[in-house]
Amino acid sequence: MEMKTIPDSVMRSSKSKETVEIIAQIIFTVCALFAILAVMAITAYMMIGGTPALLKVGIKEILFGTVWKPTAAEPQYGILYVILTSIVGTALAILIGVPIGILSAVFLAEVAPKRLAMIVKPAVELLAGIPSVIYGLLGIYLLNPLMYKLELFVFRNSTEHQYTGGANLLSAVLVLAIMILPTVINISETSIRAVPVHIKSASLALGATHIQTIFKAILPAARSGVVTAVVLGIGRAIGEAMAISLVSGSSVNLPLPFNSVRFLTTAIVSEMGYAQGTHRQVLFTIGLVLFVFIMIINITLNKILKKGGAEHE
Amino acid sequence: MKSKMMKMAAVTGAALLTMFSLAGCGSNGASGNADVSSTVESSVQANNTVESSTQEESSTQEESSSVQEAETELSGTILMVGSTSMEKLANALAESFMAEYPGVTVNAEFVGSSAGVEAVNNGTADIGNSSRNLKDEEKEAGAVENIVAIDGIAVCVDPANTVTGLTKQQLTDIYTGAITNWSEVGGNDSPIIVVGREAGSGTRGAFEEILGVEDACAYANELDSTGAVMAKVASTPGAIGYVSLDAVDDSVVALALEGVEPTVENIKSGNYFLSRPFVMATKGEISEQSELVQAWFDYVLGEEGQSVAQTVGLITVN
Repeated sequence: MEMKTIPDSVMRSSKSKETVEIIAQIIFTVCALFAILAVMAITAYMMIGGTPALLKVGIKEILFGTVWKPTAAEPQYGILYVILTSIVGTALAILIGVPIGILSAVFLAEVAPKRLAMIVKPAVELLAGIPSVIYGLLGIYLLNPLMYKLELFVFRNSTEHQYTGGANLLSAVLVLAIMILPTVINISETSIRAVPVHIKSASLALGATHIQTIFKAILPAARSGVVTAVVLGIGRAIGEAMAISLVSGSSVNLPLPFNSVRFLTTAIVSEMGYAQGTHRQVLFTIGLVLFVFIMIINITLNKILKKGGAEHE
Repeated sequence: MKSKMMKMAAVTGAALLTMFSLAGCGSNGASGNADVSSTVESSVQANNTVESSTQEESSTQEESSSVQEAETELSGTILMVGSTSMEKLANALAESFMAEYPGVTVNAEFVGSSAGVEAVNNGTADIGNSSRNLKDEEKEAGAVENIVAIDGIAVCVDPANTVTGLTKQQLTDIYTGAITNWSEVGGNDSPIIVVGREAGSGTRGAFEEILGVEDACAYANELDSTGAVMAKVASTPGAIGYVSLDAVDDSVVALALEGVEPTVENIKSGNYFLSRPFVMATKGEISEQSELVQAWFDYVLGEEGQSVAQTVGLITVN
């Protein structure tokens, strides 16, 4: 009787099924190895490409120098301002984007009527699919003129300020903040929805209002997911090049709100075309710095995910 | 949902990659692409190419029989040494010349104008590339100035700007940050937004070299393409930028410098100062050179060579 429950076909073709299994396994392994190979190749290449300039120009001169004059008679390759711009710009974008993102996620998961959520949700997903160059173009045509008006107003009595026509750190930060929104919203929402219902019920049963429940019970319970969202947002912001290269002005300056600034990514993109010799090697070094930044973010993310997983167990 | 997002991200990534690769092709010069294909073609059907080219040449040139003789037998190496600014032109010309004459190798080294002219005078190079007029002492040492193309740069402002011309001093002061408001040069009271190109750009190199403001410029915007400069200047009130003369269109106004309008005629006559000659210097007149070098100049100064110069954004000499 037991045997009869197994379909005939399984019995007959067990041999050929076995080969299919083995072949499939091999294919999966090869695909997995391909990803590892790519990562190793990129890491090795960035190391090989990025270190010669560090040795030639000097680690201190590159990482802590403030003057970027790669084509001068006596070239200087200081990228401190560029590194600072990436850090400050990303931090500000997170500061603006994350609160909006988390509150939107709360709205979608807890507050919004179902019909409204059905409109907002696809809109957010669409936001994630818009190519970054489109954000940049909109930045040029909408954001920069507005910023220029603000700049004219803020510095109307200043004689020192160099006018940038609205292409400044603030513009870049605003574009980045909008670009990280979908990442933050989607992941936060998922983690808020994953909070067990009994936590919410218990809080409400104790007499807490809905809003109190959200901030005192649900969000703390979804903490690890929200942190993941923030870290992924940082990753997206620090790696973005196309959009901000159009709105940031691309001059190497201290990252002050109304200064024209250059990020790590845009530094590579803007000068790779004609760079030669040491100049080119230094651009690879900038790539290495960016690579290290993103590695640090990924390792942090992995740590958080592991910790989050342990908490759930 | 996560996977959906990943998919979106992947699509965005792919689109970006495509865009970058396209942009890459564009900036490396269409000539590069065209030349690769033409080189392949010529190696595959070398005879055909030579034949067809000689036919073309013979119809345009008078001494058809002698030229044809020389062309079919041309072989050897031409060594060019000199200006880094002329790299684009020299490489484009070398590639198309070698496609035309498969037996010839043209080597180009880019070490600077002065070193190039010196190499010609020493006899270590056949041709010395110089992105400036030759100095008197260089001419005394035997170098002859053969201008093969002219590099012209236009200074542009947005169409609403009331300033229509600047002097050399005013332009220098604007770019070094000494003048920061249009009212100081006779315009409205509005700040000047100084737009330029990225380090390494040939246009930036030429502009700063001619004005004598190498690495002394205070740019508010350093953009990485001619198109970006044009767009920024056109859309920003009070902006000033520089681009190759051939890139100027109606979206911006090109300023007169020292009272001279930036036109091809004014640049050829030498009245417009923001231009520089691209010189291929030889030791002695062209007619005293080897057959090979003479063929090179026939080509460079002929129709095809000049159209190559035009494709890299230069002004032709004839």
